[in-house]
Amino acid sequence: MDAIPYEHGLILAAILFVCGLLGVLTRRNIVFVLMSLEIMLNACGLAFVVASARWQHAEGQIMYLMILTLAAAEVAVGLGLIIQMYRRFHTVDISVLNEMKG
Amino acid sequence: MQEWTGLLPAFPLAGFVLLVLSRGRMPRGIAGVIGAGSVGLSFLLALTIAIGVLNNGGQAYTTVLWQWMQVGDFAPGFSFYVDGLTLVMILVISGVGFLIHLYATAYMADDPGFARFFSYMNLFVAAMLVLVLADNLLLLYLGWEGVGLCSYLLIGFWYDKPENGYAARKAFVVTRVGDTSMAIGLFLLFSQLGTLNIQQMLMLAPQQWSVGSGIAVAASALLLGGAVGKSAQLPLQTWLPDAMAGPTPISALIHAATMVTAGVYLIARTHVLFELAPSVQLLVAFIGLATLLMSGFTALTQTDIKRILAYSTISQIGYMFLALGVGAWSAAVFHLMTHAFFKALLFLAAGTVILSLHHEQDIFRMGAMRRRLPVSFWCFLVGSAALTALPFTSGFYSKDEILLAALGQEHYGMLLWTGGVLGAFLTALYSFRLVFVVFFGRDRHQGSSHGEDHAHAAVMEAMSPVMFFPLLLLGLLALGGGFIHVPVDTVFGAVHEEVHASQFLHALMILIPIFGVVIAWGVYGSASYQKAGEHLRERLLAAPIGRRAYRFWFSGWGMDALYQWLFVNPFMVLARLNRKDAVDQIYGWVAQAARVGNSVVVMLQTGNLRWYAISLVGGMVLVIGLGVWR
Repeated sequence: MDAIPYEHGLILAAILFVCGLLGVLTRRNIVFVLMSLEIMLNACGLAFVVASARWQHAEGQIMYLMILTLAAAEVAVGLGLIIQMYRRFHTVDISVLNEMKG
Repeated sequence: MQEWTGLLPAFPLAGFVLLVLSRGRMPRGIAGVIGAGSVGLSFLLALTIAIGVLNNGGQAYTTVLWQWMQVGDFAPGFSFYVDGLTLVMILVISGVGFLIHLYATAYMADDPGFARFFSYMNLFVAAMLVLVLADNLLLLYLGWEGVGLCSYLLIGFWYDKPENGYAARKAFVVTRVGDTSMAIGLFLLFSQLGTLNIQQMLMLAPQQWSVGSGIAVAASALLLGGAVGKSAQLPLQTWLPDAMAGPTPISALIHAATMVTAGVYLIARTHVLFELAPSVQLLVAFIGLATLLMSGFTALTQTDIKRILAYSTISQIGYMFLALGVGAWSAAVFHLMTHAFFKALLFLAAGTVILSLHHEQDIFRMGAMRRRLPVSFWCFLVGSAALTALPFTSGFYSKDEILLAALGQEHYGMLLWTGGVLGAFLTALYSFRLVFVVFFGRDRHQGSSHGEDHAHAAVMEAMSPVMFFPLLLLGLLALGGGFIHVPVDTVFGAVHEEVHASQFLHALMILIPIFGVVIAWGVYGSASYQKAGEHLRERLLAAPIGRRAYRFWFSGWGMDALYQWLFVNPFMVLARLNRKDAVDQIYGWVAQAARVGNSVVVMLQTGNLRWYAISLVGGMVLVIGLGVWR
């Protein structure tokens, strides 16, 4: 079976990561920021999986399971915070919420 | 009794502690009894010790109380050394001190700070006793500084007047100059001889140093610096006239029993070192001579009764230095003792005059007090006679000894003698000017600052038995003190060979003070010459040179102005320049830098989440970049 070269997998992971990063940096709606964070996390996971396939090690896949768990927990907490935020400030625009400055 | 030597300073010290702890709540009677009684006990003890030692042939002994500290070989003890010189000193300090304390219980009776006054006085006496009893220079230095502290406290006793505080600070700072010199001298002596024990030092020094060697000159010159400061000699004499700001018993105590005699004692105690440095010893003589002449001229022009006496003290201590300088150690100690008697007498008598006239100190506002204050008059007369060295008074014998010894000096004998005799003439002039102006002539007190009719009638001699008794005793001592033999022959070794002065010189020495008294009588005293005397004074003051000389002398030869210009003003300028504190400025810069840095960094915290994220990414890129393209 012809395996996909691991460079391709890593490049895809990098592209996904940068997409997510750009989303985090440019989006003002906090829901989209959270989604972009998910994309970054998944990019990391992809990199782990590719690496574990390349070196025939299982740790990378276990790492992916942990990232999955982390992402689920993060989404649960993050969405909860977003709901609280919307209730209090009636907005999801993070550039409005800049009161904590020096 | 020798084992009780340690109690000598302990009595006044205990008095001090009791009075201080009572914080002024003690009834005056008890405070007075403690204050005067503690010194009286010391005197009784000193007397018994003296009798014991003298019956024993003047054998010196050392009492070790305890070890003070031990650092390597350096182990100064809290130990007292008693010989003839110490005996004279402790008897004078506790005896005259006791009489002054007794007098002060009446003098200060109305003062709100009664207990505080006696606590300081007791500490003063205790410190002075430690100074003269110490068997090592470190313990002596403890007493030395204690005396300095007490003089500061007592001169500034009436601290609610700023000028008194100024006088106290001046005394402290000026004597501190001398103390510093002395401390350096102690370091030098210890580093060279390896001990500060006085007797060991005096034994080792002649073995290790040759006569006139640089070390001996340096050590004795540094000690001389300390002595000059404490004893108010040229060039550190300026503090003493201002020290008159304190109550009169303090002046008596400082001038007669304690403080100013410390310098004379120090030089007499370490006389071996001075003998090893003939040049410094000669310097001592000339310092004494210059001081006694200068302060004699100054005393002639003063108008404040206490300042005249202050300058006369400086001048008499000049005589003691003269005696020390020509090697007449016992004559110096003898004059120290007689001076203590008559100067205490003069100050206490002046105190009654001042008290009787409601704190009037200007002698030209007194006059004709002879009848109104008879006791003060007679005491003053006796004191002045002894000060002037009229024949058969105590001062006559001591001054005679000093002048003869000065004449015996090898190279400058005639010069020193002439200066001393001129000083004696000045002494006669100023002390009897004081007597005649205050006690004879017209009563000028009437219509003085009080300006009320009954102010005149209110002049009554403030004399109670506790004031009268010390005056009487001191008067007797001032008259007959010349017959006391000072037991210091064993201390200073061989007695100096008798100096044979010609009959003419001897007669001159007796007649010149009398001549001075006669002139003072002519100018200030007699009624018939009064007009002529006043005329003469006016003529002298009218002449430009006379006026200038008067002003020059009145200011104490411009020494205060000189020091003001030389030291105080530059110091003030520096202080003003440095008001912002250059060193503190550095720390100011540190704080400023932190503040500026803060205001820059604070701008980064915008509260904008995306800004944080981008800086996070930027930092990460930077770190990874550094790792990859290293």
